Amino acid sequence: MWCADTCTCRFVTLFGFEQVAYMAIVGSFPFNSFLSGVLSCIGTAVLAVCLRIQVNKENKEFKDLPPERAFADFVFCNLVLHLVIMNFLG
Amino acid sequence: MGMMSGKLGILKKILTSLPRQSKPSLITTVWSQDSPSQLKNYSLQNPRLVLFSFQNLKFLTLFDFDSHIVLISSFICFADMARNYVRFLALILAISICCEAAIFRPISESHRSAALDLFKPIDGSFSSLEETYEALRTFEVLGIGNKLDISASTCPSVVEVLGSSSSNLKTLFYALRNQRILKCALKEEILKGVSSKLKAAVNSASALPDFYHSIGGLVLIKDQTPEANVLLDDAEGVFRSIKALSQSDGRWRYGSNNPESSTYAAGMAFEALAGVISLAPSEIEQAVVATVKNDVVKLFDSIEKYDDGSLYFDEKIVNGHEHQGPIFVTSSVIRGVTAFAAVASGSLKLPGDDMLGLAKFFLGIGIPGNTKDLFNQGFHAIDSIPSSNCPFIDSERPAQGVSVSSVLGYNTPPLTVTLVQASSSSSKSASIIENQELKFDHDSSFHVLDALPKSVDIGKYLFTFEVVLNDSENEKVYATGGKTQVPIFITGVVKIDSPEIAILDSDLGSIETQKKLDLAGENSVTLSANHLQKLRLSFQLSTPSGKAFKPHQAIIKLRHESNVEHVFLVGNSGKQFEIILDFLGLVEKFYYLSGGYDIQLTVGDAVMENSLLKALGHIELDLPEPPEKAARPPAQPVDPYSRYGPKAEISHIFRTPEKRPPQELSLGFLGLILVPFIGFLVGLLTLGVNLKNFPSSAVPAIFAALFHLGIGAVLLLYVLFWLKLDLFMTLKALGLLGIFLIFVGQRILSHLASTSAKLKSGDLMTDFDPAG
Repeated sequence: MWCADTCTCRFVTLFGFEQVAYMAIVGSFPFNSFLSGVLSCIGTAVLAVCLRIQVNKENKEFKDLPPERAFADFVFCNLVLHLVIMNFLG
Repeated sequence: MGMMSGKLGILKKILTSLPRQSKPSLITTVWSQDSPSQLKNYSLQNPRLVLFSFQNLKFLTLFDFDSHIVLISSFICFADMARNYVRFLALILAISICCEAAIFRPISESHRSAALDLFKPIDGSFSSLEETYEALRTFEVLGIGNKLDISASTCPSVVEVLGSSSSNLKTLFYALRNQRILKCALKEEILKGVSSKLKAAVNSASALPDFYHSIGGLVLIKDQTPEANVLLDDAEGVFRSIKALSQSDGRWRYGSNNPESSTYAAGMAFEALAGVISLAPSEIEQAVVATVKNDVVKLFDSIEKYDDGSLYFDEKIVNGHEHQGPIFVTSSVIRGVTAFAAVASGSLKLPGDDMLGLAKFFLGIGIPGNTKDLFNQGFHAIDSIPSSNCPFIDSERPAQGVSVSSVLGYNTPPLTVTLVQASSSSSKSASIIENQELKFDHDSSFHVLDALPKSVDIGKYLFTFEVVLNDSENEKVYATGGKTQVPIFITGVVKIDSPEIAILDSDLGSIETQKKLDLAGENSVTLSANHLQKLRLSFQLSTPSGKAFKPHQAIIKLRHESNVEHVFLVGNSGKQFEIILDFLGLVEKFYYLSGGYDIQLTVGDAVMENSLLKALGHIELDLPEPPEKAARPPAQPVDPYSRYGPKAEISHIFRTPEKRPPQELSLGFLGLILVPFIGFLVGLLTLGVNLKNFPSSAVPAIFAALFHLGIGAVLLLYVLFWLKLDLFMTLKALGLLGIFLIFVGQRILSHLASTSAKLKSGDLMTDFDPAG
C-alpha cells in the first residue's frame, strides 16, 4: 500500500506536468480546461497523500481514526473533486 | 348613447377649445350663370368667373316654445300665431360681411341630409327618451318627419314610462314630449295619474330642474288634452319660488342650496315661469311678471359677441364636464325667452340687433355633425365645405345677381336692394358706383345689377349693399341688417407683352443670346452661360384698360438637376418687369453647382385670369470649382416612403475562432497521458496490490462489489456529464447514486472495520497472553 500511494502520487504529478507542457506548446485557449486538468491532478495527489497520512499507523495524530473512515473520506472527496473538475472542464 | 356621448364629448371639447376667430363656417355660395339652381364652390385657382349671386337670407329667428331647437320649429308657430311677440322675427340681409366672416346659409337640404345621417335609430329605436325626442323634433321641424317611423317601437316604452309610478320627473317630461309628437294611444287614467304626480312635484319642488320638468310636463299635458285638470293651485307661490332663485345679473341658480349660477339655468327658469303663467287659473300680478322681464333684459346685457357680428350666450364660469358650450346655453336662453314672451302680456322689448346677432350665430355655424348639436342647431368644428373665397366678378360678364330668399326657402315681402357704394380697396379714391338700385328679375328671383361702368378696372373692390323693405308695415315684423359690405374681386385678362430671355456678357453688357418667349404656349429654350455672364428676363404687364399692373407674384425659379432650387423675385418699374441674374455674384449662392438648371416663371394674382406658371427652358451653367470651405448644398428632402424600402444588407462578421492546435499534437499528448496510465495500472498489479481485505463471505462480498460498482458508476456519470449532460441532471443522478453509495459503503466499510477490530483485539489478546 505504501508503494501504491507513492506510485499514485508520482503518476498524478507526472500527468500534471504533462498538461502544463501541453499548454505551453499549444497556448492556453480553453484556459478553464487547462486549469481543471491541472487542478484535478494536484487535487488527486493531495488527497492520496492525506489518505496515506491518515492510514499510517505510526502517525500519532490520527491514531483514533479507523482507516476505513479515512478511505471513505478519500473516496468522497475524490468524487466531489471530480464533479467540480468535470463541470469546470467545459 | 355611449357612443353619442363620446362623440358629444369630443365635439364639446373641439367646440369649446375653438379660438373665437376660427369659426368654421366659411362658405362660398356662388351661383353659376348656366345653372343658377346649383351652388358651386370656386377656388382661387380657377380664376374663371362666375356670375355670383349670393343668397340674401331672410332669417326668421324663430324661437320654439318647448323644444331645444331654436330656429326652425317656431316658424310653424309663427304661421299659427302671428301675434305681437313677433318682434323677435328678424329679416337679415345675409351677405358675406367680409372675407373673414361667415356667409350665413339658410337651412337647406344639407341640413336635412345631415339630420338623417346623424339620427339613425338602432334597431328601430333610440337609446333614450331624450334622444328619441331630439330626433323626432328635429325631423318634424326640418320637414322630414315622415322619414322617421319609430312610433311602433317607442310608443310602448313611452306608455310604460308614463304609467309607471317610479319614473322620475325628467323621464316623465321626455316621455310626454315624445307623446306629443308620436301621439301614442294613451289611456286617460294614465294621463290623470301623471298630471297629479306632476302637480304634487310642483308643490314640493325646490330645485330649478324639478320645477322645469314638472311644469313643462303639465304644460304638455294641457296642450294635448285641454280638458285635463292641470291648473296650478298656487301659481303665484310657485312663480315667486322660481323667481327667488334668480340673481341680479340675470342668471339663475339651480337650487336654493346651490350657489352656482348659470345662464343655461336662466333659460330653464324662463321657460318654467312661462309655464306657470300659462297654467295659472287666474292672472298673476303684473309687477311680478315685470321683474322677470327686467331679468331678461339684464341677461341680454351679458350677451357675448364674435367678430363677425354673431351673438351668443355662454357660461361665465366653466364648470368642467358640465359645460355644454355656447350653442347649448344660447339655445336654452332663447327658448326660455320666447316661451316667456309668448305668454306674458304686453311686449318684451329686445333690441333687433341682438336678434340678428343670435340668428347669425346659429346659422353661421355650418352643417351640424352631432345629434345634440344638430338638435340645438349647433354645429361642430369639422366643416366639410371648403373655406371661403370672396366672390369674383368677371368684368366681361357684367350681369350680376343678388337673390333674396329666406332661411327656410320662403319668399320675403317686397323689398329693394341698393348698391350704395363700390370703392376700390387698394386706393382710397372716391367710389366708382354710387346708389345704384338693383332691378328685380321675377323669373329668376334675383336682384340684378346691370352692366358695370366701363371705367371699372380689374382689382379688389368693396361693395356696400342695403336692403329696404317696400312696405313699411313689415318693419314691425322684420328687422333688416342695415348696410352690409362685400369684398368683390373684378378679374380680367392681363396682357403680357414682349417677354424675352437673354444672356448678357457682364463686362460689356452685350447680348450673347436672346430668345423671345411665348408665355401663352409651350417654351423650351436652351441657354448656356458661365459664371462671368448674366441672365436677363423681361416682360410687360398691363390691365385690360391699359394701366400698369403689379401682380401679387412674379417669381423666377432655377432648379438644378440635383433638385436644389433658387427663387428670385422679378422687380418692376411701371409696366416693365425685369430681372437680371448676375452669376458672378450668385456663384456662392448656387453652392458652386455647375450643370443644367430648369427655369420656371410664375406670374399670378387674384384678379388675373391668365395667371401662369410656366417652365421656360433649360440653362447650362458653368461655375468654378468650389473652394475648400464652401457651403454644401442643403440636403434635399428624401422621399418619406423610402425609409420603408429595403435597407442595406449587413454581412455579419463572426468572431474568428481561436487558433486551435493541430489535431495530431492533441492526439499525441493524449497518448502520452494514456500510456503512462496503463503503465501505472500494470505497475500496481506488478507491485502486488493486495486485495486481501476483500471479504470472502457472501453478503459483505456483494456489498463490496456494489460499492466498487457504485464508484465506477459515479465516474461514468462524470464522463457523461462532460459529454452531454448538464449540471442539473448530473446532480440529480449523482444524488441518487450518492445515497446508494453511502448506504453500501457504510455497510462494507463498517464490516471491514469490525473485522479488523476483531483481528486487532485478537492480536492484542494474543500478544498479551499472560501465559507467556
